[in-house]
Amino acid sequence: MPAQSPISSVNDFVVRFANVNGSGSASANELFARSILRMGVPVSPRNIFPSNIQGLPTWYEVRISEAGHLGARGGIDMMVAMNPQTWDKDVASIEPGGYLLYDSTKPMPKSKFRYDITVIGVPLTAITNSTYTDPRQRQLFKNIIYLGALSALLDIDPKVIEQLIGEQYQGKEKLLSSNVHALHLGRDYALQNLKCPIGLRVQKSDKVGDRIFIEGNAAAALGAVYGGATVCAWYPITPSSSLADAFTSHCRRLRHDPETKKAKYAIVQGEDELASIGIVIGAGWNGARAFTATSGPGISLMQEFIGLSYFAEIPAVIMDVQRAGPSTGMPTRTQQCDIISTAYASHGDTKHILLFPEDPAEAFEMAAQAFDLADRLQTTIFLMLDLDIGMNHRLCRPLKWDDAKQYDRGKVMTAAALEAGADFGRYLDVDGDGIAYRTYPGTHPTKGSFFTRGTSRDRYARYTEEGPAYQDNMQRLLRKFETAKDLVPRPLQANAGKPTKYGVIYFGSTSPAMDEAIELLEGRGHQLDRLRLRAFPFHSSVPSFIAEHDFVYVVEQNRDSQLRSLIVNELSIDPVRLVPIVHYDGTPITARFIARAIGDHLDALKITPLRKVVS
Amino acid sequence: MTYVVKPKFHHPELPKNSLGYTRRDYEGKISTLCAGCGHDSITASIIEACFELSIEPHRVAKISGIGCSSKTPDYFLGNSHGFNSVHGRMPSVLTGANLANRGLIYLGVSGDGDSASIGLGQFAHCMRRGVNMVYIVENNGVYGLTKGQFSATADRGSKSKRGVTNTDSAIDMVGLALQLGASFVARSFSGDKKQLTPIIKAAIEHQGAAFIDVISPCVAFNNHAGSTKSYDYVREHNDAVNFLDFISGRAPIHVDYEPGTVEYVEQHDGTTLALRKLNAEYDVHDRLAAMNFIQHHASQGQIVTGLLYVENDASDLHGHLNTVETPLNTLAEKDLCPGTAALDKINASLR
Repeated sequence: MPAQSPISSVNDFVVRFANVNGSGSASANELFARSILRMGVPVSPRNIFPSNIQGLPTWYEVRISEAGHLGARGGIDMMVAMNPQTWDKDVASIEPGGYLLYDSTKPMPKSKFRYDITVIGVPLTAITNSTYTDPRQRQLFKNIIYLGALSALLDIDPKVIEQLIGEQYQGKEKLLSSNVHALHLGRDYALQNLKCPIGLRVQKSDKVGDRIFIEGNAAAALGAVYGGATVCAWYPITPSSSLADAFTSHCRRLRHDPETKKAKYAIVQGEDELASIGIVIGAGWNGARAFTATSGPGISLMQEFIGLSYFAEIPAVIMDVQRAGPSTGMPTRTQQCDIISTAYASHGDTKHILLFPEDPAEAFEMAAQAFDLADRLQTTIFLMLDLDIGMNHRLCRPLKWDDAKQYDRGKVMTAAALEAGADFGRYLDVDGDGIAYRTYPGTHPTKGSFFTRGTSRDRYARYTEEGPAYQDNMQRLLRKFETAKDLVPRPLQANAGKPTKYGVIYFGSTSPAMDEAIELLEGRGHQLDRLRLRAFPFHSSVPSFIAEHDFVYVVEQNRDSQLRSLIVNELSIDPVRLVPIVHYDGTPITARFIARAIGDHLDALKITPLRKVVS
Repeated sequence: MTYVVKPKFHHPELPKNSLGYTRRDYEGKISTLCAGCGHDSITASIIEACFELSIEPHRVAKISGIGCSSKTPDYFLGNSHGFNSVHGRMPSVLTGANLANRGLIYLGVSGDGDSASIGLGQFAHCMRRGVNMVYIVENNGVYGLTKGQFSATADRGSKSKRGVTNTDSAIDMVGLALQLGASFVARSFSGDKKQLTPIIKAAIEHQGAAFIDVISPCVAFNNHAGSTKSYDYVREHNDAVNFLDFISGRAPIHVDYEPGTVEYVEQHDGTTLALRKLNAEYDVHDRLAAMNFIQHHASQGQIVTGLLYVENDASDLHGHLNTVETPLNTLAEKDLCPGTAALDKINASLR
């Protein structure tokens, strides 16, 4: 008997699958998550995987939350332990009162278990070995068999799983029926031999609504299609490769001429990140909408070209799916650690535009918007994704598009305008917004050509190293950056129920954990106004928000509180007023972590010192 | 770096091409390179080639990297857009520009430092991809702008101006281009405009990756005894295998050649190359034999020049990617955006 009473919870618990990568567990685990979703209960799954193809440990964690909390929660209520390599750690990570499902074919010593959890053995290997002879089938169906057992243990409707299997193997009857058979092998075993259901249960609900379930990388890639990207150059790097793959498959479906079958796009796998960004800049210079997808190490390699894009004013879009750095870092772990290296990328004085989507829906919108911004501002736009958003399926609102929307191609001088005698100076600020007109190559036989260069030039694109002309240009670039403040997505503010002196600033994938943390903090009696930043440069509402509060927590997923540094630097804020809350172990930030860090800090404020500290 | 403004007046009787342009319409700013620089002769050949081909001057995109050679696009085709990009990265910028608009002519100008050292990778990969372009390396074996360091094309054993002997093996750009799949490969000498100009014309008409290695002596840092890239050395060791007469589709074919010494090469776009053979055994269609021939002669100290290899039915990157004929940079919302109906279906598939 467990010393602790078993956890009892309906539609609010965390299940983690411990597998070996390359064992085919991913599709069974995804079926598990999708079946709960189909029962109307929100889920948020997360892959925790190694930089490896076969043989190393991998985990899949599913948070089931009727309340709709989609951030990682922390803690595991049920462990499906299928990997002997990580057994000890996996068993140790279960919450007291939690559950352990394991393959009981071979007897295990008692010392391998815990007394404060419920241990559920299913002889998976014995069942598969008695049913299948082919080793690969044994491997694959073992996963479906544990899914079947889970359906009985957690009270998941088997009809829903069967329907999902049916959709997956439409037209492949043999695979369909064999999968359904395996599902029932596991389910029947559990029903006949185990107490079903356990304390954790899934119950039909209606909390999913019309929301969709999509990975951020796939959504961003679709945003690039809708935003009119025609050139994509990329170099494989985790966790961004699936973005380029998704763009390729979206384009194959959506971007071929129905008659000629020809492609209305060009995708090139570059020889490295330097070539990828070079291709993007060449295409942008020539009037096409172009982007690359990369991660931190790629950003490091692209620095020189990013400076060229800034100084020569060439549109480009870089989708940075961030992972833990520095150097190769933790390639398959998440962080928000490229804020400084993108905001001030390249040598010399530069400032770049960053967009911070919170989920796939926003990744779609901002990816499309990035191309308008790049054309309008004639510079590089960074879409700052991360592994947590990019490589996990996330429940989010349906993707939306307005068919009346026209692309903003920015200030492009046409042959007709040149013919009519318009004064064309490539770096001439005719409107006072810091943005000059450009011409596409090949526009007019005798007018409007210019020489693009990374060296200093005057307003008419003539080479110069004259100090005043250089400064004039650098000041105009600053004006342009000012203009950008009102073009980029604005921060979103949500105030606490009661007036409060404290605020919190956060961005990107921290969003769902932050929303939940606010509830937890309210439970502890702490009220916080919150501001979610969606872009750099910072809108004027950011300094106002900071000024309105005694101090503001800045929550982010890196060691050095990079966003906080950027705020301090750009807005001349007294650093004391911005309290860093950082989470950077490579796992997604959790509500529990944020609530504890902020809650403890706020609690400490309530303690009145007996004596003043003498320094 | 042009401090002297180039005078615009010119003789009213200057010859005009079929579009009504004179040679002056293909010129650029005054060169700031050293007097006698080989690169200026290449500039003159580019101007002559574009004039003779009656190319609309604004339909060329000139793209370069960094270095003396990469400055030259400012000195020709002043009505064309130019892009002096990043050191060694011209090939990627050109590739992107080409993808955006397949309707222009892409002229990549680079040097031996730019293409054989820092940019060797990009050089290799744009050749592999078959980007439709003319890629000229103005090859002087030396870093001119930084005052005379050896480049990677300097021959082993050659001497720098300061008397240092180069101990590294030379990279042969022509050999690399052949191996990497360029569909038009030539080598010439900046001092031989008669050979170079028709080669540039043929390369422009070629619909694929055309590479021209032009030995172009640096008068300031690499024109001394002991150099293998000096005017004297190249003249003495130049082994020309053929001589091109470029014949556009419209012009009549000249027939005043000795029988058996001329080969007519039909190009994909309908133009013809009349190849006057100086070496009867040299076959411009045999990639492997060309590599062998060039290496063999190099080992004997000879610099093989001429049109070295051409593939008649070359394909290019757009062909490989099956892109639409319309330039991608002109496609608008109706071609690019699948709209809400498609998005609704996508949403439905994600539930």
